[in-house]
Amino acid sequence: MTARGASPVPLHHRDLLPVLLVPAVALAALPLVGSFSTWVTLTLAGLAMGMIIFIIASGLTLVFGLMDVLNFGHGAFISIGAYAAAVLVPSLAGFLHADSLFYNLVALLALIALAMVVTGLLGYAFERIIIMPVYGQHLKQILVTVGGLIVAEQILVAIFGPVQIALTLPTAFRGALVFGDVAIERYRVIAVVVGLLVFAVMLLVLNRTRIGLLIRAGVENGEMVEALGYHIRRLFVGVFMAGSALAGLGGVMWGFYRETLTPAMGMDVMVLVFIVVVIGGLGSVGGCFIGALLVAVVANYTGFLAPKLALVSNILLMALILLWRSRGLYPVAKR
Amino acid sequence: MSEAPPLLNLSGVNTHIGPYHILQGVDLAVPRGALTMLLGRNGAGKTTTLRTIMGLWHASAGAVTFDGADITAWATPDIARAGIGYVPETMGIFADLTVRENLLLAARCGPIDEARLHWIFGLFPALEKFWSLAAGVLSGGQKQMLSIARAMIEPRKLFLIDEPTKGLAPAIIANMIAAFRELKKSPDTTILVVEQNFLFAKSLGDAVAVMDNGRVVHAGTMAALADDRDLQHRLLGLHLDQHQ
Repeated sequence: MTARGASPVPLHHRDLLPVLLVPAVALAALPLVGSFSTWVTLTLAGLAMGMIIFIIASGLTLVFGLMDVLNFGHGAFISIGAYAAAVLVPSLAGFLHADSLFYNLVALLALIALAMVVTGLLGYAFERIIIMPVYGQHLKQILVTVGGLIVAEQILVAIFGPVQIALTLPTAFRGALVFGDVAIERYRVIAVVVGLLVFAVMLLVLNRTRIGLLIRAGVENGEMVEALGYHIRRLFVGVFMAGSALAGLGGVMWGFYRETLTPAMGMDVMVLVFIVVVIGGLGSVGGCFIGALLVAVVANYTGFLAPKLALVSNILLMALILLWRSRGLYPVAKR
Repeated sequence: MSEAPPLLNLSGVNTHIGPYHILQGVDLAVPRGALTMLLGRNGAGKTTTLRTIMGLWHASAGAVTFDGADITAWATPDIARAGIGYVPETMGIFADLTVRENLLLAARCGPIDEARLHWIFGLFPALEKFWSLAAGVLSGGQKQMLSIARAMIEPRKLFLIDEPTKGLAPAIIANMIAAFRELKKSPDTTILVVEQNFLFAKSLGDAVAVMDNGRVVHAGTMAALADDRDLQHRLLGLHLDQHQ
Protein backbone atom coordinates (compact mmCIF):
# COMPACT_ATOMS: atom_id res chain seq x y z
CA MET A 1 0.00 0.00 0.00
CA THR A 2 2.95 2.29 0.49
CA ALA A 3 3.24 3.09 -3.20
CA ARG A 4 -0.27 4.48 -3.10
CA GLY A 5 0.46 6.55 0.01
CA ALA A 6 -1.33 6.42 3.33
CA SER A 7 -1.67 10.01 4.44
CA PRO A 8 -5.13 10.61 5.92
CA VAL A 9 -5.19 14.08 4.45
CA PRO A 10 -3.05 14.57 1.34
CA LEU A 11 -0.63 17.43 1.86
CA HIS A 12 -1.48 19.35 -1.28
CA HIS A 13 -5.10 19.48 -0.21
CA ARG A 14 -4.45 20.79 3.25
CA ASP A 15 -5.79 24.29 3.52
CA LEU A 16 -3.25 26.08 5.68
CA LEU A 17 -4.62 29.59 5.37
CA PRO A 18 -6.83 29.45 8.52
CA VAL A 19 -3.90 27.99 10.49
CA LEU A 20 -1.92 31.14 9.72
CA LEU A 21 -4.66 33.38 11.08
CA VAL A 22 -3.66 33.04 14.74
CA PRO A 23 0.04 33.94 14.23
CA ALA A 24 -1.04 36.68 11.80
CA VAL A 25 -3.39 38.23 14.36
CA ALA A 26 -0.73 37.91 17.06
CA LEU A 27 1.93 39.59 14.91
CA ALA A 28 -0.49 42.34 13.90
CA ALA A 29 -1.25 43.00 17.57
CA LEU A 30 2.44 43.31 18.57
CA PRO A 31 2.99 46.93 17.41
CA LEU A 32 -0.41 47.93 18.78
CA VAL A 33 0.28 46.51 22.22
CA GLY A 34 3.73 48.13 22.27
CA SER A 35 5.40 46.28 25.12
CA PHE A 36 6.82 42.88 24.12
CA SER A 37 6.43 41.40 27.60
CA THR A 38 2.78 42.51 27.78
CA TRP A 39 2.20 41.09 24.30
CA VAL A 40 3.69 37.71 25.31
CA THR A 41 1.58 37.62 28.46
CA LEU A 42 -1.60 38.51 26.56
CA THR A 43 -0.85 35.99 23.83
CA LEU A 44 -0.10 33.10 26.18
CA ALA A 45 -3.12 33.91 28.33
CA GLY A 46 -5.22 33.90 25.16
CA LEU A 47 -3.80 30.57 24.01
CA ALA A 48 -4.48 29.01 27.42
CA MET A 49 -8.05 30.32 27.42
CA GLY A 50 -8.42 29.16 23.81
CA MET A 51 -7.32 25.65 24.72
CA ILE A 52 -9.96 25.40 27.44
CA ILE A 53 -12.63 26.70 25.08
CA PHE A 54 -11.47 24.18 22.49
CA ILE A 55 -11.78 21.30 24.94
CA ILE A 56 -15.35 22.36 25.70
CA ALA A 57 -16.33 23.16 22.11
CA SER A 58 -14.77 20.12 20.41
CA GLY A 59 -17.40 17.78 21.83
CA LEU A 60 -20.19 20.12 20.77
CA THR A 61 -18.95 20.42 17.20
CA LEU A 62 -18.68 16.64 16.84
CA VAL A 63 -22.18 16.15 18.22
CA PHE A 64 -23.54 18.80 15.88
CA GLY A 65 -21.59 17.55 12.87
CA LEU A 66 -22.37 13.88 13.28
CA MET A 67 -25.81 13.92 14.84
CA ASP A 68 -27.15 17.23 13.50
CA VAL A 69 -28.22 18.01 17.06
CA LEU A 70 -28.25 21.53 18.45
CA ASN A 71 -27.33 20.68 22.02
CA PHE A 72 -27.71 23.74 24.21
CA GLY A 73 -27.55 21.31 27.13
CA HIS A 74 -23.79 21.00 26.54
CA GLY A 75 -23.30 23.77 29.12
CA ALA A 76 -24.80 21.55 31.81
CA PHE A 77 -21.94 19.07 31.43
CA ILE A 78 -19.40 21.87 31.88
CA SER A 79 -20.92 22.81 35.24
CA ILE A 80 -21.49 19.21 36.32
CA GLY A 81 -17.90 18.27 35.46
CA ALA A 82 -16.56 21.14 37.53
CA TYR A 83 -18.82 20.33 40.50
CA ALA A 84 -18.03 16.61 40.31
CA ALA A 85 -14.35 17.52 40.60
CA ALA A 86 -15.10 19.87 43.50
CA VAL A 87 -16.78 17.01 45.38
CA LEU A 88 -13.58 14.96 45.14
CA VAL A 89 -11.26 17.84 46.08
CA PRO A 90 -11.44 17.29 49.89
CA SER A 91 -10.49 13.62 49.46
CA LEU A 92 -7.44 14.63 47.44
CA ALA A 93 -6.45 17.55 49.66
CA GLY A 94 -3.15 15.89 50.58
CA PHE A 95 -2.17 15.56 46.93
CA LEU A 96 -3.50 18.99 45.92
CA HIS A 97 -1.73 20.85 48.71
CA ALA A 98 1.54 18.94 48.44
CA ASP A 99 4.40 21.06 47.20
CA SER A 100 5.06 18.60 44.41
CA LEU A 101 4.19 19.00 40.74
CA PHE A 102 3.90 15.23 40.40
CA TYR A 103 1.34 14.82 43.21
CA ASN A 104 -0.58 17.86 41.96
CA LEU A 105 -0.73 16.39 38.46
CA VAL A 106 -1.91 13.04 39.82
CA ALA A 107 -4.66 14.85 41.70
CA LEU A 108 -5.65 16.86 38.62
CA LEU A 109 -5.79 13.70 36.52
CA ALA A 110 -7.97 12.01 39.16
CA LEU A 111 -10.35 15.00 39.19
CA ILE A 112 -10.48 15.04 35.39
CA ALA A 113 -11.12 11.28 35.26
CA LEU A 114 -13.99 11.53 37.72
CA ALA A 115 -15.51 14.51 35.92
CA MET A 116 -15.28 12.73 32.56
CA VAL A 117 -16.81 9.51 33.85
CA VAL A 118 -19.69 11.34 35.56
CA THR A 119 -20.45 13.59 32.57
CA GLY A 120 -19.97 10.74 30.10
CA LEU A 121 -22.54 8.60 31.93
CA LEU A 122 -24.92 11.53 32.29
CA GLY A 123 -24.40 12.19 28.59
CA TYR A 124 -25.60 8.65 27.88
CA ALA A 125 -28.77 9.24 29.90
CA PHE A 126 -29.25 12.70 28.33
CA GLU A 127 -28.99 11.28 24.80
CA ARG A 128 -31.37 8.39 25.49
CA ILE A 129 -34.00 10.38 27.39
CA ILE A 130 -33.84 13.90 25.99
CA ILE A 131 -32.13 13.86 22.60
CA MET A 132 -33.32 10.59 21.05
CA PRO A 133 -37.01 11.56 20.78
CA VAL A 134 -36.17 14.76 18.91
CA TYR A 135 -33.67 13.65 16.26
CA GLY A 136 -34.18 15.68 13.10
CA GLN A 137 -36.38 18.28 14.83
CA HIS A 138 -34.20 21.33 15.41
CA LEU A 139 -36.77 23.53 17.12
CA LYS A 140 -37.66 20.81 19.61
CA GLN A 141 -33.96 20.12 20.16
CA ILE A 142 -33.40 23.73 21.17
CA LEU A 143 -36.38 23.66 23.52
CA VAL A 144 -35.60 20.36 25.24
CA THR A 145 -31.85 20.90 25.52
CA VAL A 146 -32.29 24.41 26.95
CA GLY A 147 -34.81 22.84 29.32
CA GLY A 148 -32.29 20.16 30.24
CA LEU A 149 -29.66 22.82 30.86
CA ILE A 150 -31.98 24.77 33.18
CA VAL A 151 -33.00 21.64 35.08
CA ALA A 152 -29.36 20.56 35.51
CA GLU A 153 -28.41 24.02 36.71
CA GLN A 154 -31.23 24.06 39.25
CA ILE A 155 -30.27 20.60 40.50
CA LEU A 156 -26.78 21.97 41.14
CA VAL A 157 -28.33 24.93 42.98
CA ALA A 158 -30.43 22.52 45.08
CA ILE A 159 -27.41 20.38 45.99
CA PHE A 160 -24.61 22.94 46.34
CA GLY A 161 -26.55 26.18 46.87
CA PRO A 162 -26.66 29.26 44.65
CA VAL A 163 -23.45 30.82 45.95
CA GLN A 164 -20.12 30.34 44.31
CA ILE A 165 -17.72 27.69 45.56
CA ALA A 166 -13.98 28.23 45.67
CA LEU A 167 -11.80 25.83 43.71
CA THR A 168 -8.26 26.50 44.77
CA LEU A 169 -5.45 25.72 42.38
CA PRO A 170 -3.05 22.92 43.39
CA THR A 171 0.06 24.32 45.04
CA ALA A 172 2.50 23.79 42.18
CA PHE A 173 0.10 25.36 39.67
CA ARG A 174 -0.01 28.69 41.48
CA GLY A 175 2.19 31.63 40.66
CA ALA A 176 4.00 32.42 37.48
CA LEU A 177 7.11 31.44 35.57
CA VAL A 178 9.19 34.54 34.97
CA PHE A 179 11.46 34.91 31.94
CA GLY A 180 12.99 38.38 32.05
CA ASP A 181 10.06 40.79 31.84
CA VAL A 182 7.65 38.08 30.79
CA ALA A 183 5.50 36.38 33.43
CA ILE A 184 3.53 33.28 32.45
CA GLU A 185 1.02 31.86 34.91
CA ARG A 186 1.83 28.23 35.57
CA TYR A 187 -1.76 27.03 35.29
CA ARG A 188 -1.98 28.53 31.82
CA VAL A 189 0.95 26.36 30.75
CA ILE A 190 -0.89 23.33 32.18
CA ALA A 191 -4.04 24.36 30.26
CA VAL A 192 -2.09 24.65 27.02
CA VAL A 193 -0.53 21.21 27.53
CA VAL A 194 -3.90 19.58 28.34
CA GLY A 195 -5.53 21.30 25.34
CA LEU A 196 -2.77 20.16 22.99
CA LEU A 197 -3.02 16.61 24.34
CA VAL A 198 -6.78 16.54 23.78
CA PHE A 199 -6.32 17.90 20.26
CA ALA A 200 -3.61 15.36 19.46
CA VAL A 201 -5.69 12.45 20.77
CA MET A 202 -8.72 13.63 18.79
CA LEU A 203 -6.68 13.93 15.58
CA LEU A 204 -5.20 10.50 16.20
CA VAL A 205 -8.59 8.91 16.76
CA LEU A 206 -10.25 10.71 13.84
CA ASN A 207 -7.46 10.09 11.32
CA ARG A 208 -5.97 6.77 12.35
CA THR A 209 -8.81 4.59 13.61
CA ARG A 210 -11.86 3.01 12.04
CA ILE A 211 -14.11 4.69 14.61
CA GLY A 212 -12.61 8.01 13.57
CA LEU A 213 -13.16 7.18 9.92
CA LEU A 214 -16.79 6.36 10.69
CA ILE A 215 -17.24 9.61 12.58
CA ARG A 216 -15.76 11.66 9.73
CA ALA A 217 -17.89 9.81 7.19
CA GLY A 218 -20.97 10.13 9.40
CA VAL A 219 -20.50 13.88 9.68
CA GLU A 220 -20.68 14.03 5.87
CA ASN A 221 -23.37 11.50 5.04
CA GLY A 222 -24.90 9.44 7.83
CA GLU A 223 -27.34 7.68 5.52
CA MET A 224 -24.52 6.29 3.37
CA VAL A 225 -22.66 5.09 6.45
CA GLU A 226 -25.78 3.10 7.35
CA ALA A 227 -26.04 1.76 3.80
CA LEU A 228 -22.49 0.44 4.20
CA GLY A 229 -23.65 -1.61 7.17
CA TYR A 230 -22.81 0.50 10.20
CA HIS A 231 -25.34 1.35 12.92
CA ILE A 232 -24.88 5.09 13.10
CA ARG A 233 -27.21 5.46 16.09
CA ARG A 234 -24.74 3.45 18.19
CA LEU A 235 -22.01 5.77 16.99
CA PHE A 236 -24.22 8.72 17.98
CA VAL A 237 -24.42 7.48 21.56
CA GLY A 238 -20.66 6.98 21.77
CA VAL A 239 -19.90 10.40 20.31
CA PHE A 240 -22.45 12.07 22.56
CA MET A 241 -20.89 10.45 25.62
CA ALA A 242 -17.41 11.49 24.46
CA GLY A 243 -18.64 15.03 23.77
CA SER A 244 -20.21 15.26 27.21
CA ALA A 245 -17.05 13.89 28.84
CA LEU A 246 -14.97 16.51 27.01
CA ALA A 247 -17.34 19.19 28.34
CA GLY A 248 -16.76 17.74 31.83
CA LEU A 249 -12.99 17.92 31.31
CA GLY A 250 -13.37 21.48 30.06
CA GLY A 251 -15.46 22.26 33.13
CA VAL A 252 -12.65 21.14 35.47
CA MET A 253 -10.07 23.19 33.56
CA TRP A 254 -12.40 26.20 33.37
CA GLY A 255 -13.23 25.90 37.08
CA PHE A 256 -9.56 25.97 38.07
CA TYR A 257 -8.98 28.85 35.65
CA ARG A 258 -11.69 30.91 37.36
CA GLU A 259 -10.93 29.40 40.81
CA THR A 260 -14.65 29.64 41.55
CA LEU A 261 -17.63 27.51 40.57
CA THR A 262 -21.21 28.62 39.99
CA PRO A 263 -24.10 26.51 38.73
CA ALA A 264 -24.44 28.86 35.75
CA MET A 265 -20.78 28.67 34.72
CA GLY A 266 -21.60 26.31 31.86
CA MET A 267 -24.44 28.38 30.56
CA ASP A 268 -22.29 31.52 30.77
CA VAL A 269 -19.64 30.13 28.45
CA MET A 270 -22.01 28.62 25.88
CA VAL A 271 -22.33 31.72 23.71
CA LEU A 272 -18.57 31.77 23.30
CA VAL A 273 -18.55 28.06 22.57
CA PHE A 274 -21.20 28.40 19.87
CA ILE A 275 -19.25 31.25 18.28
CA VAL A 276 -16.17 29.02 18.17
CA VAL A 277 -18.11 26.13 16.62
CA VAL A 278 -19.58 28.40 13.93
CA ILE A 279 -16.23 30.05 13.17
CA GLY A 280 -14.51 26.68 12.89
CA GLY A 281 -17.14 25.17 10.59
CA LEU A 282 -19.89 22.99 12.02
CA GLY A 283 -18.54 19.51 12.68
CA SER A 284 -14.87 20.37 12.10
CA VAL A 285 -12.48 19.58 14.96
CA GLY A 286 -9.54 21.33 13.27
CA GLY A 287 -11.68 24.40 12.63
CA CYS A 288 -12.84 24.33 16.22
CA PHE A 289 -9.23 24.34 17.43
CA ILE A 290 -8.23 27.31 15.27
CA GLY A 291 -11.51 29.09 16.05
CA ALA A 292 -11.05 28.72 19.81
CA LEU A 293 -7.51 30.09 19.73
CA LEU A 294 -8.55 32.93 17.45
CA VAL A 295 -11.53 33.93 19.60
CA ALA A 296 -9.46 33.87 22.78
CA VAL A 297 -6.44 35.85 21.53
CA VAL A 298 -8.65 38.44 19.81
CA ALA A 299 -10.66 38.84 23.03
CA ASN A 300 -7.44 39.35 25.00
CA TYR A 301 -5.92 41.90 22.61
CA THR A 302 -9.21 43.78 22.31
CA GLY A 303 -9.68 43.77 26.07
CA PHE A 304 -6.26 45.36 26.45
CA LEU A 305 -6.37 47.80 23.53
CA ALA A 306 -10.04 48.82 23.45
CA PRO A 307 -11.88 47.51 26.51
CA LYS A 308 -15.20 48.94 25.30
CA LEU A 309 -14.98 46.76 22.20
CA ALA A 310 -14.15 43.59 24.14
CA LEU A 311 -17.77 42.59 24.61
CA VAL A 312 -18.48 42.60 20.88
CA SER A 313 -15.08 41.48 19.60
CA ASN A 314 -16.13 37.84 19.25
CA ILE A 315 -19.29 38.71 17.35
CA LEU A 316 -17.27 40.99 15.04
CA LEU A 317 -14.70 38.27 14.54
CA MET A 318 -17.42 35.75 13.67
CA ALA A 319 -18.97 38.20 11.20
CA LEU A 320 -15.61 38.79 9.51
CA ILE A 321 -14.81 35.09 9.29
CA LEU A 322 -18.25 34.30 7.85
CA LEU A 323 -17.88 37.09 5.30
CA TRP A 324 -14.62 35.46 4.24
CA ARG A 325 -15.78 31.85 4.50
CA SER A 326 -19.52 31.60 4.85
CA ARG A 327 -19.43 28.03 6.21
CA GLY A 328 -16.59 28.61 8.66
CA LEU A 329 -12.83 28.07 8.48
CA TYR A 330 -12.95 24.36 7.66
CA PRO A 331 -16.40 23.54 6.32
CA VAL A 332 -17.41 19.90 6.33
CA ALA A 333 -18.42 18.75 2.84
CA LYS A 334 -22.17 18.25 3.32
CA ARG A 335 -22.85 21.43 5.26
CA MET B 1 -32.81 -17.83 -16.56
CA SER B 2 -32.37 -19.97 -13.46
CA GLU B 3 -35.38 -21.76 -11.99
CA ALA B 4 -34.10 -21.24 -8.49
CA PRO B 5 -36.22 -18.93 -6.33
CA PRO B 6 -35.38 -15.27 -6.90
CA LEU B 7 -32.70 -13.79 -4.67
CA LEU B 8 -34.81 -10.70 -4.09
CA ASN B 9 -38.55 -10.52 -4.18
CA LEU B 10 -40.86 -7.56 -3.71
CA SER B 11 -44.51 -8.35 -3.23
CA GLY B 12 -47.19 -5.66 -3.21
CA VAL B 13 -44.76 -3.07 -1.84
CA ASN B 14 -46.20 0.35 -1.08
CA THR B 15 -44.06 3.28 0.04
CA HIS B 16 -45.21 6.69 1.21
CA ILE B 17 -42.89 9.69 1.43
CA GLY B 18 -44.65 12.25 3.56
CA PRO B 19 -48.09 12.73 2.00
CA TYR B 20 -47.05 11.19 -1.32
CA HIS B 21 -47.88 7.61 -2.25
CA ILE B 22 -44.88 6.71 -4.40
CA LEU B 23 -44.81 2.92 -4.69
CA GLN B 24 -48.28 1.55 -5.25
CA GLY B 25 -47.93 -2.20 -5.09
CA VAL B 26 -44.57 -3.12 -6.60
CA ASP B 27 -44.13 -6.78 -7.52
CA LEU B 28 -40.59 -7.56 -8.59
CA ALA B 29 -38.51 -10.73 -8.67
CA VAL B 30 -34.76 -10.46 -9.16
CA PRO B 31 -33.33 -13.79 -10.33
CA ARG B 32 -30.09 -15.12 -8.85
CA GLY B 33 -26.89 -14.72 -10.82
CA ALA B 34 -28.42 -12.34 -13.36
CA LEU B 35 -28.28 -8.65 -14.11
CA THR B 36 -31.75 -7.17 -13.97
CA MET B 37 -32.44 -3.75 -15.40
CA LEU B 38 -35.12 -1.62 -13.79
CA LEU B 39 -36.30 0.87 -16.36
CA GLY B 40 -38.97 3.53 -16.47
CA ARG B 41 -39.63 7.19 -17.00
CA ASN B 42 -38.57 9.85 -14.49
CA GLY B 43 -40.75 9.70 -11.41
CA ALA B 44 -41.85 6.11 -12.04
CA GLY B 45 -40.56 5.00 -8.64
CA LYS B 46 -37.29 3.25 -9.54
CA THR B 47 -35.07 5.05 -7.03
CA THR B 48 -37.74 4.73 -4.36
CA THR B 49 -37.82 0.99 -5.03
CA LEU B 50 -34.07 0.69 -4.38
CA ARG B 51 -34.28 2.89 -1.28
CA THR B 52 -37.17 0.82 0.03
CA ILE B 53 -35.20 -2.40 -0.50
CA MET B 54 -32.32 -0.82 1.47
CA GLY B 55 -34.65 0.24 4.28
CA LEU B 56 -33.85 3.91 3.73
CA TRP B 57 -37.57 4.37 3.29
CA HIS B 58 -39.80 1.80 4.87
CA ALA B 59 -42.59 0.05 3.02
CA SER B 60 -46.03 0.92 4.38
CA ALA B 61 -47.43 -2.33 2.97
CA GLY B 62 -46.15 -5.41 1.20
CA ALA B 63 -43.05 -7.52 1.74
CA VAL B 64 -39.40 -7.47 0.67
CA THR B 65 -37.72 -10.86 0.82
CA PHE B 66 -33.98 -11.31 0.35
CA ASP B 67 -32.34 -14.71 0.19
CA GLY B 68 -35.30 -16.26 1.98
CA ALA B 69 -35.49 -13.68 4.81
CA ASP B 70 -38.22 -11.08 5.17
CA ILE B 71 -36.20 -7.84 5.40
CA THR B 72 -39.14 -5.45 5.12
CA ALA B 73 -38.76 -4.04 8.62
CA TRP B 74 -35.01 -4.46 8.98
CA ALA B 75 -32.76 -1.51 9.69
CA THR B 76 -30.56 -0.35 6.80
CA PRO B 77 -27.24 -1.55 8.34
CA ASP B 78 -28.68 -5.03 8.87
CA ILE B 79 -29.87 -5.14 5.26
CA ALA B 80 -26.39 -4.12 4.08
CA ARG B 81 -24.81 -6.75 6.32
CA ALA B 82 -27.08 -9.41 4.83
CA GLY B 83 -24.99 -8.99 1.67
CA ILE B 84 -26.34 -6.06 -0.33
CA GLY B 85 -24.05 -3.42 -1.83
CA TYR B 86 -25.80 -0.16 -2.68
CA VAL B 87 -24.73 2.58 -5.06
CA PRO B 88 -27.14 5.51 -4.73
CA GLU B 89 -28.09 7.87 -7.54
CA THR B 90 -26.14 10.63 -5.78
CA MET B 91 -23.13 8.28 -5.54
CA GLY B 92 -22.87 8.95 -1.80
CA ILE B 93 -19.11 9.22 -1.75
CA PHE B 94 -17.49 10.85 1.27
CA ALA B 95 -15.93 13.93 -0.28
CA ASP B 96 -13.66 14.79 2.66
CA LEU B 97 -12.27 11.25 2.85
CA THR B 98 -9.59 10.01 0.46
CA VAL B 99 -10.25 7.35 -2.16
CA ARG B 100 -8.41 4.92 0.12
CA GLU B 101 -10.53 5.82 3.13
CA ASN B 102 -13.76 5.50 1.16
CA LEU B 103 -12.81 1.96 0.20
CA LEU B 104 -11.45 1.14 3.65
CA LEU B 105 -14.77 2.08 5.21
CA ALA B 106 -16.66 -0.13 2.79
CA ALA B 107 -14.45 -3.11 3.62
CA ARG B 108 -16.49 -3.90 6.69
CA CYS B 109 -14.98 -7.27 7.45
CA GLY B 110 -11.44 -5.96 8.02
CA PRO B 111 -8.50 -4.81 5.91
CA ILE B 112 -8.99 -4.49 2.16
CA ASP B 113 -8.26 -7.72 0.31
CA GLU B 114 -5.25 -6.89 -1.90
CA ALA B 115 -6.21 -9.28 -4.70
CA ARG B 116 -9.70 -7.81 -4.89
CA LEU B 117 -8.27 -4.29 -4.80
CA HIS B 118 -6.02 -5.09 -7.77
CA TRP B 119 -9.02 -6.51 -9.59
CA ILE B 120 -10.87 -3.22 -8.96
CA PHE B 121 -7.85 -1.18 -10.05
CA GLY B 122 -7.89 -3.19 -13.27
CA LEU B 123 -11.47 -2.09 -13.85
CA PHE B 124 -11.03 1.50 -12.66
CA PRO B 125 -7.33 2.51 -13.01
CA ALA B 126 -8.14 6.10 -12.02
CA LEU B 127 -8.76 4.97 -8.45
CA GLU B 128 -5.18 3.75 -8.07
CA LYS B 129 -3.86 6.97 -9.58
CA PHE B 130 -5.84 9.14 -7.19
CA TRP B 131 -5.58 6.78 -4.22
CA SER B 132 -4.56 9.46 -1.72
CA LEU B 133 -6.69 12.28 -3.06
CA ALA B 134 -9.79 13.53 -1.29
CA ALA B 135 -12.73 11.99 -3.13
CA GLY B 136 -14.37 15.40 -3.42
CA VAL B 137 -11.84 16.54 -6.02
CA LEU B 138 -12.46 13.62 -8.40
CA SER B 139 -14.38 14.14 -11.64
CA GLY B 140 -18.00 12.97 -11.89
CA GLY B 141 -16.99 9.80 -13.70
CA GLN B 142 -14.25 9.01 -11.19
CA LYS B 143 -16.68 9.55 -8.34
CA GLN B 144 -19.08 7.08 -9.95
CA MET B 145 -16.20 4.60 -10.33
CA LEU B 146 -15.37 5.03 -6.65
CA SER B 147 -18.99 4.60 -5.67
CA ILE B 148 -19.25 1.33 -7.59
CA ALA B 149 -15.82 0.16 -6.42
CA ARG B 150 -16.92 0.77 -2.84
CA ALA B 151 -19.84 -1.60 -3.32
CA MET B 152 -17.51 -4.16 -4.95
CA ILE B 153 -14.68 -4.03 -2.42
CA GLU B 154 -16.11 -7.07 -0.68
CA PRO B 155 -18.13 -9.90 -2.24
CA ARG B 156 -21.86 -9.20 -2.02
CA LYS B 157 -24.82 -11.37 -2.89
CA LEU B 158 -26.65 -8.47 -4.50
CA PHE B 159 -25.68 -5.11 -5.93
CA LEU B 160 -28.26 -2.33 -6.16
CA ILE B 161 -26.99 0.35 -8.51
CA ASP B 162 -28.95 3.50 -9.23
CA GLU B 163 -28.34 5.17 -12.60
CA PRO B 164 -24.61 4.46 -12.95
CA THR B 165 -24.36 6.28 -16.31
CA LYS B 166 -26.14 9.46 -15.27
CA GLY B 167 -24.29 12.49 -16.61
CA LEU B 168 -21.26 10.49 -17.76
CA ALA B 169 -19.32 10.88 -21.01
CA PRO B 170 -19.58 8.02 -23.56
CA ALA B 171 -16.00 6.91 -22.90
CA ILE B 172 -16.72 6.54 -19.20
CA ILE B 173 -19.95 4.67 -19.95
CA ALA B 174 -17.94 2.20 -22.04
CA ASN B 175 -15.65 1.78 -19.03
CA MET B 176 -18.69 1.11 -16.85
CA ILE B 177 -20.04 -1.48 -19.27
CA ALA B 178 -16.69 -3.30 -19.16
CA ALA B 179 -16.72 -3.19 -15.36
CA PHE B 180 -20.25 -4.58 -15.13
CA ARG B 181 -19.38 -7.36 -17.59
CA GLU B 182 -16.46 -8.28 -15.34
CA LEU B 183 -18.68 -8.20 -12.28
CA LYS B 184 -21.25 -10.40 -14.02
CA LYS B 185 -18.68 -13.13 -14.59
CA SER B 186 -19.11 -14.36 -11.06
CA PRO B 187 -22.10 -16.74 -11.04
CA ASP B 188 -22.85 -15.80 -7.42
CA THR B 189 -23.32 -12.14 -8.23
CA THR B 190 -26.77 -10.72 -8.72
CA ILE B 191 -27.22 -7.15 -9.87
CA LEU B 192 -30.22 -4.85 -10.03
CA VAL B 193 -29.52 -1.67 -11.97
CA VAL B 194 -31.82 1.32 -12.31
CA GLU B 195 -31.11 2.91 -15.66
CA GLN B 196 -32.40 5.49 -18.11
CA ASN B 197 -29.86 4.75 -20.85
CA PHE B 198 -31.50 2.05 -22.94
CA LEU B 199 -28.35 1.29 -24.93
CA PHE B 200 -26.49 0.61 -21.71
CA ALA B 201 -29.37 -1.47 -20.39
CA LYS B 202 -29.63 -3.46 -23.62
CA SER B 203 -25.95 -4.23 -23.71
CA LEU B 204 -25.82 -5.64 -20.19
CA GLY B 205 -29.23 -6.75 -18.98
CA ASP B 206 -30.31 -10.35 -18.68
CA ALA B 207 -33.73 -9.54 -17.27
CA VAL B 208 -35.74 -6.35 -17.26
CA ALA B 209 -38.58 -4.79 -15.31
CA VAL B 210 -40.26 -1.60 -16.36
CA MET B 211 -41.97 0.70 -13.86
CA ASP B 212 -44.66 3.29 -14.35
CA ASN B 213 -46.65 5.23 -11.75
CA GLY B 214 -45.22 3.30 -8.80
CA ARG B 215 -45.83 -0.17 -10.22
CA VAL B 216 -43.94 -2.73 -12.28
CA VAL B 217 -45.84 -2.81 -15.57
CA HIS B 218 -43.62 -5.23 -17.44
CA ALA B 219 -41.16 -7.96 -16.52
CA GLY B 220 -39.31 -10.33 -18.79
CA THR B 221 -36.01 -10.89 -20.53
CA MET B 222 -33.96 -7.97 -21.79
CA ALA B 223 -33.53 -9.70 -25.13
CA ALA B 224 -37.28 -9.86 -25.65
CA LEU B 225 -37.73 -6.16 -24.87
CA ALA B 226 -34.74 -5.24 -27.07
CA ASP B 227 -36.38 -7.05 -30.00
CA ASP B 228 -39.84 -5.57 -29.53
CA ARG B 229 -39.86 -1.97 -30.74
CA ASP B 230 -43.57 -1.49 -30.15
CA LEU B 231 -43.19 -2.59 -26.55
CA GLN B 232 -40.22 -0.26 -26.04
CA HIS B 233 -42.22 2.62 -27.43
CA ARG B 234 -45.24 1.81 -25.32
CA LEU B 235 -43.38 1.22 -22.06
CA LEU B 236 -40.52 3.67 -22.31
CA GLY B 237 -41.64 6.19 -24.90
CA LEU B 238 -38.56 5.40 -26.97
CA HIS B 239 -38.50 6.38 -30.61
CA LEU B 240 -37.45 3.58 -32.88
CA ASP B 241 -34.42 5.33 -34.33
CA GLN B 242 -32.96 6.41 -31.02
CA HIS B 243 -31.26 3.19 -30.10
CA GLN B 244 -30.86 1.22 -33.29
